[in-house]
Amino acid sequence: MSDITLDTAAAKVPKAAPRTPPASQIGLPAWLRANLFSSWINTAVTLVVAYFLVRWAIGFVEWGIVNAVWSVPDNQTQACRDLRGIGACWAVITEKHRFILFGTYPYEEHWRPALCVLLFVGLYIVSAMRRFWRKELALVWIGVLTLIGVLMWGGVAGLTYVPQERWGGLVITLILATFGLAFAFPLAIVVALGRRSSLPAIKALCVLYVELIRGVPLISLLFMASVMFPLFLPEGMNIDKLLRAQLAIILFAGAYLAEVVRGGLQSLSKGQYEAADALGLSYWQKTGFIILPQALRMVIPPLVNTFIGFFKDTSLVLIIGIFDLLTAGKTAIIEPAWQGFGIEVYLTVGAIYFVFCFAMSKYSQGLEAELNRHRAR
Amino acid sequence: MQPFGLSFARALGTVALGLGLVLPGLARAQAPAGAANTFDAVKSRGQLVCGVNTGLAGFAQPDSQGVWRGFDAEYCRAIAAAIFGDATKVRFVPTTAQVRFTALQSGEVDVLSRNTTWTLSRDTSLGLDFAATNFFDGQGFMVKTSLGVKSAKELEGATICVQPGTTTEQNLSDWSRANRIKFTPVVIERLEEIVGAYISGRCDAYTTDVSGLAATRSAQPKPDDHLILPEVISKEPLALGVRQGDARFADVVRWTHFLLLSAEEFGVTQANVDKMANDPRPEVKRMFSKDGGLGPMLGLPELWAVNVVKAVGNYGELFDRTLKPIGIQRGPNALWTTGGLQYSPPFR
Repeated sequence: MSDITLDTAAAKVPKAAPRTPPASQIGLPAWLRANLFSSWINTAVTLVVAYFLVRWAIGFVEWGIVNAVWSVPDNQTQACRDLRGIGACWAVITEKHRFILFGTYPYEEHWRPALCVLLFVGLYIVSAMRRFWRKELALVWIGVLTLIGVLMWGGVAGLTYVPQERWGGLVITLILATFGLAFAFPLAIVVALGRRSSLPAIKALCVLYVELIRGVPLISLLFMASVMFPLFLPEGMNIDKLLRAQLAIILFAGAYLAEVVRGGLQSLSKGQYEAADALGLSYWQKTGFIILPQALRMVIPPLVNTFIGFFKDTSLVLIIGIFDLLTAGKTAIIEPAWQGFGIEVYLTVGAIYFVFCFAMSKYSQGLEAELNRHRAR
Repeated sequence: MQPFGLSFARALGTVALGLGLVLPGLARAQAPAGAANTFDAVKSRGQLVCGVNTGLAGFAQPDSQGVWRGFDAEYCRAIAAAIFGDATKVRFVPTTAQVRFTALQSGEVDVLSRNTTWTLSRDTSLGLDFAATNFFDGQGFMVKTSLGVKSAKELEGATICVQPGTTTEQNLSDWSRANRIKFTPVVIERLEEIVGAYISGRCDAYTTDVSGLAATRSAQPKPDDHLILPEVISKEPLALGVRQGDARFADVVRWTHFLLLSAEEFGVTQANVDKMANDPRPEVKRMFSKDGGLGPMLGLPELWAVNVVKAVGNYGELFDRTLKPIGIQRGPNALWTTGGLQYSPPFR
């Protein structure tokens, strides 16, 4: 005992290591306890829901993977029919995926729409990166969209000409959505500014446009474009069906986006306008440097909401006989051998729509957070 | 500050100008298709533009490779073969039920080969003429064999599945009133669902055009469990449509159809058509030989008949290839020689 010395009493006590909270307070167990099992009623609900979720998941895996038929030889769907619903017939996708993606586009030329889809996706990714947000981006858009047009139509550079009726599938959906929003957005800004103009004629024109277009459903606009419009043209003259539908979509999207943008313009305080005027900026300088950047930033959520809505609304072109992604999927299962496998096709088409819409939604969340960082202080 | 109205107007003007420059480039003039000269327009274009259904099993549907297959699509190929001697010179334009007549009227398509029922009101008020009935259809009923029903008259008190908003629904109520048969209609819009409802037993019977019933029946695991009742309660002659007042082109379409019928009547098939130029029967010889003189009367090449039959076969071959696999019997579409309605005027 003699070697115990006093001076060590304080010094030798090991420094209090940062202790972790009790296991019941952190991590998964704690979270589970706090959120799922906090009371007996919560516990009961959790258990019941979990039971159904697991059962459903097991059923889905059994149907979609374990019992599924992935391919059948030469349209002999008997193997699929023998399943009688206990397994998915993914063979329909194996057989029809090219039709669903590219419609009636000539089979040997499918690389062209496939390339177009990749170009579209590449264009979206490049446009999404803030470091590419320069004036040149507009040129890139023009260049890529022209290239897509050339690839789809062909007729030059050794590519065979493919008339528009033969286009179809995913590429039509992307064309309608991309061109639609690319033209509708600038149109919307012009209309939104026009609607707040102090010149009565311009204001009236913009109000008339917005109210007229918003007053009718998209379907009736598409019908107008495809049924009424050709009758007004001189005989023998005919505007491409897809172009007519595209114009209808641009006009429709323009009206809705204009109202979204106007919302952003109205939310800016008057001081911003007055300060810009006080600096001696011209109308366009004021709008371009002061007003629009702030206004558009404010309306990112409703803008993306409208974008996503329109991406899906493009499927309405089915009523005028254009094979977009959804219609191509529906048409794929008309062939008698493949009738009755709608669930598989709709799941696939739904998954494709989901990928695009979810990407848009996620991206907009990130963008919103980044652009509005100064507000979060 | 610049008066912004002025610059705004200028900007609007620029946009309008831009659109003005872009649009004519994108607008593709499709057909110099005056009402009276479709035939010449088709010939100078070098391609027939054919309006087909957006998808109807057996009649017109794209296969996995995107190639149009089916009865109506083959008719387009036959007409192209008659005009150009080449069945591939045809462009298929899928048209929905709502836009089909406008597509024809506006010149977007040259001919409608799209299971369109020939009725008086359509013939007179829609600016089109029907050239020929290539398929006789009619509304019928299908029941499960286990029900033991042998005639539609026994359907008293039954529930019947029917699609809304079509003439089918109208025909059904007309028929029930005329025959004093009471039943409960179950109205379901989508084809898949209505078939599902019938199969699951929610309805005792399912009514639509007989061709549709046959297609549904043959798609079932056991077709023999279902019976198509003998009563046909409406006439649905499906006809090829052309623009009104386009007599020459209508002749070409009409006689292409008659050619298919006559070829079957005389036993001319895709396989043996080449030998028919020396056939002992004068009418056959006239039709298929180089100097028969019938083609030029229609404004077609001399060997048009050979080209057509070589491309698509005769009516029977065409029918067997496209409609028989989905379970549609010849029925009223048999030749007149075997008691059907398909009858061709003589080729002379």
